Amino acid sequence: MIIPMSLSATNHLQFPPNGLTLDWYIAFFNDPDWMAATSFSLKIACATSVCATIIGTMAALAIERGEMPFKGLLNALSLAPLIVPHIVLGVALYLVFSPLRLTGTLTGFLLAHTVLAVPFVIITVTASLKRMDPALELAGLNCGANRAQCFFHVTLPAIAPGVASGAVFAFLSSFDEATVAFFISDIGGKSIARKMFEDIDFNLTPVIAAASSVTVIASLMLIGFAHLISQAASSRTQTGVEQE
Amino acid sequence: MTHAANASHYPLLTALLLVLPLVAALILGFLYPVGKLVELSFSSGGESYLRLIGDPFHLGILADTVLTAAFVTLACLILGYPVAYAMTRMRGVSAGLVAACVFVPLWTSILVRSYAWILLLQRNGPVNDLLQAINIIHGPLKLLYTHGAVVLGMIHVLLPFAILPIFSTLRSLSPDYGRAAANLGASPLRIFVHVTLPLSLPGVFAGGLLCFVLALGFYITPALLGGPGSMLMATLIGQQTTVLLDWPFAAALSSVLLAVTLLIVIIFRKGLSLNKGFHSVR
Repeated sequence: MIIPMSLSATNHLQFPPNGLTLDWYIAFFNDPDWMAATSFSLKIACATSVCATIIGTMAALAIERGEMPFKGLLNALSLAPLIVPHIVLGVALYLVFSPLRLTGTLTGFLLAHTVLAVPFVIITVTASLKRMDPALELAGLNCGANRAQCFFHVTLPAIAPGVASGAVFAFLSSFDEATVAFFISDIGGKSIARKMFEDIDFNLTPVIAAASSVTVIASLMLIGFAHLISQAASSRTQTGVEQE
Repeated sequence: MTHAANASHYPLLTALLLVLPLVAALILGFLYPVGKLVELSFSSGGESYLRLIGDPFHLGILADTVLTAAFVTLACLILGYPVAYAMTRMRGVSAGLVAACVFVPLWTSILVRSYAWILLLQRNGPVNDLLQAINIIHGPLKLLYTHGAVVLGMIHVLLPFAILPIFSTLRSLSPDYGRAAANLGASPLRIFVHVTLPLSLPGVFAGGLLCFVLALGFYITPALLGGPGSMLMATLIGQQTTVLLDWPFAAALSSVLLAVTLLIVIIFRKGLSLNKGFHSVR
């Protein structure tokens, strides 16, 4: 079946029988290259998460609730970055970014990763909107709220779990993204995924195991955290509805 | 009723304003670059395409890529179906364990997983050690940097994408169908073949399409686990751009890969099956 990618296996392989050591972790945290790549990646992932969540939520509202032509086309187009091979997008973005000096910059990464992350937000938010009763919004409007008030006080709290999980997926998709990052990185700015790829390909050192473990633990913690938030949020909206 | 439903709809102008950022991002970060790439591929009047078509080596890689993707998809579906089926039947701790086994790899970076395979398959890695310890082989085998390693790595990475859509379809099937068939005297095998399997086909379809499309464009795993003898389209494109710096040719290769991918999606498109597949993964 599946071989679970366990941390212990990696470490065990790394340190032949003669014992465990934290040296590689120390090496990882002390290496300026690794730290630069890590903080660059974190910045990109945070910015991507914010941008993709805002853009994606707005678009999901329009596609799900709006009176708009070309909905099907727009929906298909917004999902297209998931289907197009990442290598093709990576090469294409390099082609456009390189003359504009956008390779290795936060702006370049942000644009690329936002396009890749938006579909996740649209999918999760659309699902939440579908589950939500539009009558609630109507009630809000009937009570004299304008559209913005209605959105922030009625719709947003109801779809918050979807928005939150979309944001987490956007963050992780950016943090883990390696193929496009491979092409739009440069010497001055590279993401942790690019740095890992480089090191696995050229100098296979045990520090990668430490870096891998750190990223895996961080991702899993974030997923667990998101799970808790969305559970708390959904139970809160449920009790709220029941109280009404 | 219609009026009530419409009242909570956003009017045209608001809706357009809401999608504007998305459209802008898609144009800047997706449509324009891809268009530019296709344009570059024709820059020398289609010469790159003629070179691609006239060269059995490159055509062979294209065929290899499609065959590998098809094989990986089939393997994922065959391995994934029983897992998805078991997941719908399990309760409690064992269900949680299986779900963890499916989800943890999904949220582990592809790089980390490829790295784990490198460690497992290397000349003095545990797989070779094990095979030697039980006396199946007498010297270490070359496992890494082979086509087999690439296929193995790809199956491992893509398996959750096959399992989850199948699982979500199976879970949404009412158990009444099976009970009705049992009441009519069908054996468990007959129920599975004539009732459960046909009803779960949309999930199989979504999972298969997802695996196939992702497998076609896979770069990281083949680049790290494959050797010079196991070149796929994505690795060939990578080589053309980073080593040989032949951009028009790389652009032509990318356009062909893109066209093949879109063709497959269009041929196999069944409503929102791809959307559904992704949704169940999330």
